[in-house]
Amino acid sequence: MIYKRHALAVAAVTLGSLATAGAASARDQLQIAGSSTVLPYANIVAEQFGKAFSQFKTPVVESGGSSAGLKQFCQGVGENTIDIANSSRKIKDKEVKACGDAGVKDIMEVRFGYDGIVFATDAGGTPWKLEPKDVYLALAEKVPAGGKLVDNPNKTWKQVNDALPDWPITSYIPGEKHGTREVFEVKVLEVGCKVAGADKIIEAAAEGDEHAKKKAIEKGCIKVRKDGAAVDIDGDYTETLARLKSNPKGVGVFGLSFYENNTDKLKVATMSGIEPTVETIATGKYPVSRPLFFYVKKAHVGVVPGLKEYVEFFTSDKMIGPDGPLAEYGLVPMPDAERKALQDDVKAAKTM
Amino acid sequence: MTIEATSGIEHHASRLNDPAKLKTRYASEARFRAYGIIALGIALAFLAGLFFSIISNGWSAFLQSEYRLDIYLDPAEIDPEGKRDVTRFGLADYTKMARAALSKAIDLPEKQDRAMKRDLKELLSRAVDVQIRDTVVADPSLIGKTVPIWLLAAGDVDSLLKGAIDRNVPEERRQLNNRQLQWVDKLAADSVLQKRFNSGLFTFGASSQPESSGLAVALIGSFFMMLTVALLAVPIGVAAAAYLEEFAPKSFWTDVIEVNINNLAAVPSIVFGLLGLAVFINFAGLPRSASIVGGLVLTLMTLPTIIIATRAAIRAVPPSIREAALGVGASKIQTLFHHTLPLAFPGIMTGTIVGLVQALGETAPLLMIGMVAFVVDIPTTATEPATALPVQIYMWATSAERGFVERTAGATIVLLGFLFVMNAAAVYLRRKFERKW
Repeated sequence: MIYKRHALAVAAVTLGSLATAGAASARDQLQIAGSSTVLPYANIVAEQFGKAFSQFKTPVVESGGSSAGLKQFCQGVGENTIDIANSSRKIKDKEVKACGDAGVKDIMEVRFGYDGIVFATDAGGTPWKLEPKDVYLALAEKVPAGGKLVDNPNKTWKQVNDALPDWPITSYIPGEKHGTREVFEVKVLEVGCKVAGADKIIEAAAEGDEHAKKKAIEKGCIKVRKDGAAVDIDGDYTETLARLKSNPKGVGVFGLSFYENNTDKLKVATMSGIEPTVETIATGKYPVSRPLFFYVKKAHVGVVPGLKEYVEFFTSDKMIGPDGPLAEYGLVPMPDAERKALQDDVKAAKTM
Repeated sequence: MTIEATSGIEHHASRLNDPAKLKTRYASEARFRAYGIIALGIALAFLAGLFFSIISNGWSAFLQSEYRLDIYLDPAEIDPEGKRDVTRFGLADYTKMARAALSKAIDLPEKQDRAMKRDLKELLSRAVDVQIRDTVVADPSLIGKTVPIWLLAAGDVDSLLKGAIDRNVPEERRQLNNRQLQWVDKLAADSVLQKRFNSGLFTFGASSQPESSGLAVALIGSFFMMLTVALLAVPIGVAAAAYLEEFAPKSFWTDVIEVNINNLAAVPSIVFGLLGLAVFINFAGLPRSASIVGGLVLTLMTLPTIIIATRAAIRAVPPSIREAALGVGASKIQTLFHHTLPLAFPGIMTGTIVGLVQALGETAPLLMIGMVAFVVDIPTTATEPATALPVQIYMWATSAERGFVERTAGATIVLLGFLFVMNAAAVYLRRKFERKW
């Protein structure tokens, strides 16, 4: 049974090396985690960073979502916690507090650009002209009719707006765990709700003080119908694209960068008459967009090698400028003045 | 009693001889066989469909479009001081050299406007600078010469040549414009642009561009994890099973342990990831994203499978073998090591390989310990960040670029290849060492 003894010996050695690995010191590689929307941008920067700075290792970028990333970020300070959290939304007060409780006191917030959210149909059809009101009337759980709210009776887009085709309403919208969903709710449904006048009805029906009424409107406006006309996509945009392919009469919600990589398969709809492009989003004309962030643990600057350089490299014109690789991929760059201010903040290591 | 029994048999026999009844019995047997064949056919059809879809989508991932360009390695740019200093080589603008060579290959005028420069740049991969730099670093004596180098084409060019981008789509919605199409066609006609075997698929790490991304990090990560699982799960699993089967007294506690092992085998794998995060990373202080942690988590997941398989294999060894060994004076441990375990070996191996195959295909537990990540640098030890094959498939499947679609299927083919080899090994080992009693 020599081989058995052999295997045991090797196992013992492995266990031994494990123990020493545990005691190994100083991580020399950046650890980043968070939003899957920010992931492709962070990947591009990490890759270029590894190329440009041969003295540092290429950072490791994990995917998993904004909330998961921020949760890991707020676990504490030290070797086994991540250095940067990518996020497709602003950090919440609750999370800042959780961070502080775990000892993560100084956080640098970096807002590095914008991402547009577009509505698109299969490339075969005619271009759509959508209004927030159309989307609200098509997808809300209850819509106003004769002064009160009734269960959404609309079956086709034509019933919603005469200018739209006579297609059954089926739309693929981001699921509730996506950061994109919030933007969709706030910038499209709530706006449409107000235009359609549904907020007044909710307000009249709600009880309590001003604050309670406001809450009721916020909640009531973003309720999406559950009869199959609005399909939550919990996966990625690739899944939405696959759904559109099998149902060419559906409408999908995509990020601008994903749409720009698939212009031959998708046709984008205008929102309030504005076509989503890098220019219209950067100038704020196209209404449905959101800023993208990453958060840096200041306590790790100077401890984990390359962290300061990575943040400066990320925020340089070479990366997030209008001619940089991120803009090429679909990031909407910030106006020059905003970018300059950001670079100054990063230089000064300004915290929140 | 006897009379009744006999009459029962007679009654039965008379039913058997009834030709009408016989016919229905044959018919029902034929029907049952037909159901079986239909079920098998459906399963095989699904499998064939899966294989067809993966292979038809993925075979092209093993080819990659590359330009064979004559690059002038300009000494004024690469090594102005003439010191042959390797660190200086990294600072040169190799993309410019590649662009100049490409423009010469297309026969473009020297003077180019900005749009033309951009169009030209878009045909080349962003990784060409590294390719030329590596050539220079490997052999600095080439500086000053014009050397032919194979350079990666951009992902969109690759997708176009493979038919994944439709030429008939109107120009404004196509990834490549008409001028670029013309150039690509000319380069392909001149054999400057060719599809070659994609060795990069196995040698590159992760990348944001399809053409320069490969499976190297994932393959090495998966290898380290399988090694850890094999080294830890097999001895622990076999020892546990042998003890439970041969030495442990039958008591309430061994029953509790048995039930728990069976339960563990059915625990969702993400739970092991949570456990791994809490124990190995937060408590033991092992590095995040490292394949050693992945291996440990998968070991926990595989242990029940191996224990259950090993116990079954040991139980299948006839008691007569043990009794004979004990009878001629062998101790219990001698019986186990000299007779029972060697005879149970094929069953243990099969169980182990099945467990390893299961572990090789896992992604969920790896999410929690940071292995679902973008890792560019190729790991050399198990404590460096790495990914795994199924993780890489998942990451590619969610990327927006067209070139990742075929790579997703291509990586699946590689993974299926490994699973096939391992399962074949299990069958072979079973056949070779199996003993009939």
